[in-house]
Amino acid sequence: MATSEIQVAEHSLQHHFADMAQQKETSTFGMWMFLLTEIMFFGGLFCAYLVYRASYYHAFVEGSQKMNIWLGATNTAVLICSSLSMALGVRAAQMAKPKLMIVLMLITIMFGLGFLGIKAVEYHEHWVNHEFPGPNFHFETGDPAHPATDPQHTEIYFSLYWAMTGLHALHMVIGVGLVTWIVIAGYLGAFSPEYYSPVENVGLYWHFVDLVWIYLFPLLYLISKKHGG
Amino acid sequence: MATAVQTVERENYLNANYGIKSWLLTTDHKRIAILYLISITAMFWIGGFFAMMIRLELLTPAGDLVSSDTYNKLFTMHGIIMVFFFLIPSVPAVLGNFLIPLMVGAKDLAFPRVNLLSWYLYIIGGITALVAMITGGVDTGWTFYTPFSTTYSNTHVIGAALGIFITGFSSILTGLNFIITIHRMRAPGLTWRRLPLFCWSNYAAAIIMILGTPVVAVTLLLVALERAFHIGVFNPQLGGDPLLFQHLFWFYSHPAVYIMILPGMGVISEIIACFSRKRVFGYEFVALASIAIAVLGFLVWAHHMFVAGISVYAALVFSLLSYLVAIPSAVKIFNWTATLFKGSISYNTPMLYAFGFMGLFTVGGLTGVFLASLGVDVHVTDTYFVVAHFHYVMVGGMVMAYMAGLHFWWPKMTGRMYPEAWAKLSALLVFVGFNTTFFPQFLLGYMGSPRRYHAYPPEFQVLNVLSTAGASILAVGYVLPMIYFVWSLRYGEPAGPNPWNAVGLEWMTPSPPPTFNFDETPVVTWEAYDYEHQPQEEVTVGH
Repeated sequence: MATSEIQVAEHSLQHHFADMAQQKETSTFGMWMFLLTEIMFFGGLFCAYLVYRASYYHAFVEGSQKMNIWLGATNTAVLICSSLSMALGVRAAQMAKPKLMIVLMLITIMFGLGFLGIKAVEYHEHWVNHEFPGPNFHFETGDPAHPATDPQHTEIYFSLYWAMTGLHALHMVIGVGLVTWIVIAGYLGAFSPEYYSPVENVGLYWHFVDLVWIYLFPLLYLISKKHGG
Repeated sequence: MATAVQTVERENYLNANYGIKSWLLTTDHKRIAILYLISITAMFWIGGFFAMMIRLELLTPAGDLVSSDTYNKLFTMHGIIMVFFFLIPSVPAVLGNFLIPLMVGAKDLAFPRVNLLSWYLYIIGGITALVAMITGGVDTGWTFYTPFSTTYSNTHVIGAALGIFITGFSSILTGLNFIITIHRMRAPGLTWRRLPLFCWSNYAAAIIMILGTPVVAVTLLLVALERAFHIGVFNPQLGGDPLLFQHLFWFYSHPAVYIMILPGMGVISEIIACFSRKRVFGYEFVALASIAIAVLGFLVWAHHMFVAGISVYAALVFSLLSYLVAIPSAVKIFNWTATLFKGSISYNTPMLYAFGFMGLFTVGGLTGVFLASLGVDVHVTDTYFVVAHFHYVMVGGMVMAYMAGLHFWWPKMTGRMYPEAWAKLSALLVFVGFNTTFFPQFLLGYMGSPRRYHAYPPEFQVLNVLSTAGASILAVGYVLPMIYFVWSLRYGEPAGPNPWNAVGLEWMTPSPPPTFNFDETPVVTWEAYDYEHQPQEEVTVGH
């Protein structure tokens, strides 16, 4: 057992590192830096959201009332559960329990696909209701007697909604792919307590994508319950 | 000089294996640097071709060579190619890639496969942009201002924007690799205070790459989406705000000009220390000035928007912050000058280019201070004054530094010396050609000649003819190194491990270096630029 682990470790040490500790530190540090660039990537969209929400608050409230809060809340719960199974999976990899890790990762994949499925239902609803920006966009303001808001401004809300959740969903798809890779590599015996950086890094990525949704949900769904703010 | 008996050449990164596959699938940072060198050189000539077309059109006051539409496309494509596909990758992706692992005593960058991926992303992005250009071109200017780019332009905006988007990730990955390598891969004893300034300045540029590039990427993505689906985020007709685009664009693209100068400053620090045989004066301040420029660089973007309709108070604050950038830049110039003081200076080609850099960058930097002041900026906005200013920084600064670095490390990269006399001639031609091209543009701009027009009043002809003549000299100055560098690969004098008698880990390994850089991991016990304790030998080759 011990010898085979050392062999795995030696096999996994890339030529340009002095030892496993340096390799692990380096790859974790690299992942954190990558997540920093991801924050900046989403940051541009959050900045645009901030500006337009401040300018067109009431139109944004009207748009947000078209959201299905129950589906959104369910999805939030699904993602939080997936983060739990992911965290336990990383722990299992660290504790040299490859079978447990694979099971937990498969559960994570299930939650991830569940999230995407629910999201697809929501997208479909918006699509058939003409709540997709562009020539087919159509939006009735809540109170026809007092058209307080400009439908065009609500269209901007929907543009940002689609762009932000779409980019997030793309990250989810990539995440599911990465976890699938971890499952296959784990099945082939690639990881050991000395070498499980890929598991940990995919975990970090997964938590990051989860966290983005934790911000997106209140910003897009829960602006105000009151009609017209 | 050369040893009498040529022994069998020892194995190095160039002859370790052969064949196209061994290059295209390499993860060796030195080979990837060479791949970048070849690709950005190709881009430089494409961008240069567009520049020559612009200068030929401006030879006469009438718009007679190309139509105004074509002219718009020419300056746009010149800008896009030179900024995103030449200047930003120039020193970091070629020299940085080659040298940072050598300078920190590592076998490779932290993520060799990511490094190769970054080159492929660069190539895919470059091809996407070139296809957009060949099939019809882009006419928005390299800045893609909305709503022109999103609504009115009938050119291939989406293709060009996607090309830049993809190449942006190449830049992010390079920056990421540099930061992690400098943090985690340094040889034993190589503390931060012993780190060569080239590494410090590339580190600072890498911070900008990873923090700024994602923002421009998502912004250009929104431009593409707006063109494709009319989502209206930047379109005033749909309630969007074009100023938001400018803010997001310049949030990256202003710091990006520091990506285009900081690595060059690192090159200059190395060369000035070597050819004055002295430690860089105030090493710590030069190092921290790089970081200061990177940080301050993120706080000045709206000085590109003084006339775009931002509030006067915002403009005042951004003007003040822009002045602050001059402080760390001046720290560098003064410290280099102090390094030269009482140094044993030798005038080899890299040093000539470095002198050129110091003078031209100072002119470019000082005119930047003019432009940071609100009154002057309103007067010269969108005139040739601005064009001259940023060419003094970009071409007079960065391209000079890139040429200096190429000459300085060419012996390390190839194991061969370039012909010194020809190189000196080319340095002279570049300096003279550059000033003849761009100094008249300061005068043109001051007199009010607007940029981006293919025709101009006849009284501006003399200065425009001068500028075009200068551009021709400049072109010769750039063609010459192309020829003699290639020539030197076969006929150049063998360089030996340390032709400049320089300090620094990269000079302690053979030229060209072996695949894993060092036979054994070096242990550093001395500070950077330890020329005082170096035997005082004259530079012995290349005369």
